[in-house]
Amino acid sequence: MTVPATGSTACPNCGAPVRFRWAQAVQTTCDFCKSLLVRHGLDLEKVGTQAEFPQTGSPIQLGVEGTWRQRNFMVVGRVSYQWQGGRWNEWHCRVSDGTSAWLSDAQLEYAMTAQLEGERDLPNPQTLNVNKKFQWAGVTYRVANITAAVYIGTEGELPFTTYDKAEYWFADLQNSDGKLATLDGSESPPLLYVGEYVEFNDLALKGLREFEGW
Amino acid sequence: MVATAGTPVKTKAAGFNCPGCGASLTLSTAGWSVTIACPTCGAVLDAQDPNLRILQRQTDRITVQPRIAMGTRGNWKGLPWDVVGCQQVTITVEGTDYSWMEYVCFNPFHGFMYLTEYQGHWNVVEKLKRRPVEDAGTTDPIRFNGLTFKHFQSASAVTTFALGEFPWEVNIGDTVRAHDYISPPYMLSAESTDAETTWSLGAYTDGKALARAFNIGGNLRSPVGVFANEPNPHIASASTVGRTFRYMFLALVVMLVANVAMARKDTVFTGQFNFDRSKGDTIALVTDPFELKGRDSNVDVRIETDLENDWMYLNLAFIEETSGQALDVGRQVSYYHGQDSDGSWREGSRNDHFRLGAVPSGKYILRVAPEGDNLSTQPVHYKLTVKRDVPQYLFYFLAFLALAIPAMFSYAPKASFEQRRWAESDHAPVSSSSDDDDE
Repeated sequence: MTVPATGSTACPNCGAPVRFRWAQAVQTTCDFCKSLLVRHGLDLEKVGTQAEFPQTGSPIQLGVEGTWRQRNFMVVGRVSYQWQGGRWNEWHCRVSDGTSAWLSDAQLEYAMTAQLEGERDLPNPQTLNVNKKFQWAGVTYRVANITAAVYIGTEGELPFTTYDKAEYWFADLQNSDGKLATLDGSESPPLLYVGEYVEFNDLALKGLREFEGW
Repeated sequence: MVATAGTPVKTKAAGFNCPGCGASLTLSTAGWSVTIACPTCGAVLDAQDPNLRILQRQTDRITVQPRIAMGTRGNWKGLPWDVVGCQQVTITVEGTDYSWMEYVCFNPFHGFMYLTEYQGHWNVVEKLKRRPVEDAGTTDPIRFNGLTFKHFQSASAVTTFALGEFPWEVNIGDTVRAHDYISPPYMLSAESTDAETTWSLGAYTDGKALARAFNIGGNLRSPVGVFANEPNPHIASASTVGRTFRYMFLALVVMLVANVAMARKDTVFTGQFNFDRSKGDTIALVTDPFELKGRDSNVDVRIETDLENDWMYLNLAFIEETSGQALDVGRQVSYYHGQDSDGSWREGSRNDHFRLGAVPSGKYILRVAPEGDNLSTQPVHYKLTVKRDVPQYLFYFLAFLALAIPAMFSYAPKASFEQRRWAESDHAPVSSSSDDDDE
């Protein structure tokens, strides 16, 4: 597991040192004053304050290490979402090959996905119907659910900025082999993430949160 | 490793008070619960809301008694699980309500697992992240995990009682369209709302094992009847008998084929004779010699006559010429027929047939001494046909019966178990269900 060289700088709000686990991070949150910081070159700009967001009970936390597709990864950031049916997290993972991947933990059903770029004519998730069929990178998926969700918080380092708290549409697509694709409507055109559902034990996670009594 | 500031090392279960009745509540799924139904007053609360907004008040007193106490820590297949919620689900088939209980089990690392109980029949259920088919209700059977699942039942399932925490929004009266497919001991279920379809896989599980794991103790009841995905206990013995039957049957067929192939089926003698009683009935005749060849084997004798409301008796002796050994056989042939008030009738037969076992080879003559009714004057014509070494079909028929009867007896309980299983389905043989079609 290689941790990229971390630059160290100071929080523009409280002056506390801000350390980056990942050199290309675009956004982070000050561990001390919870300022939401966006990086412009060497400078950090405070764009808001991260309220203490509600616990989701995930055993994942920043710094957790694991294995996916024979590669090691480290959790460096998190985006939490709220939808009508509850909350989930997308954990930003830096993979040992230098790419980003996302570990989602909706109701402790774990899935790993990575952005698939270069697909054209991606549909707006809001306009989709359940069961509609798509094929990306040779894998066929069908739309399983379409939900509207908002960011309720972030922590750690992210490859994009999330301070815009509008409601966005997401669509999950599945197939009979346990593959998963997510269409993220927070940008236009939408972003596509593809991967699969994973078993907790298969991720071989280290550095997990502990729960009293467990 | 990088330490993460601000994250408590250990996370405790959170305590609240029910806004409906003030009773203290514990949220033990640390943020994953969407609904909590107060064990004291039954109010259904929004677990995502910091103030536990009341979604629904239950007006009826809580009458359903779960068999597993909420908060029970169980251990199943090496993992600890807390039972955090339960709901009663009811389907109505032809005016009769059938209710089962679903228990929500939680592990902070592995998520949720479910236990269901219907009249002492338990299933351990996992929610599937895969979609076995796109459109439940139109596909039958379903291939999944290398097994073939047959459609068992489709029904509208209503939540009629809820207690504790749920990772989805529960409301009393919520209805889902449920489709069940079975491949015992497994059951594949699809539950559909307008918004989405959720698939789950249940494994039929011995209640005693769950009772030990989840401290059910004296609350465990014995299973009633046959459950949809209950494994057929007679399959093992039936298949053993079935296998034996198949092997023995095969052996019989081989023997029969060998017997037929090896049999000489030689016609060694035929002769036409007259029996003229006007000349006296004790006149014996002796045939030309004929050869019985090969191994000791049977001799098949056929007697064909033109008797007409008459009888005759034949004394036959097979005499080996060199040793003088004789095999004596007496056969009576009689044939009567006529008309009476009940219509036409007949008795006996013009023909007769018999077989002698293991006759040694050699040169034989046949001594034939007919006897008959002295009053009859009509001559009788008869023909004798002697065959050497013919296949023995009767032996094989009897052996087959001896094999088939135990096989049938062992198949019966297996079949009756399956009959009782399917009697509860949408596909009952004698249709108690008026509508097998799914929407």
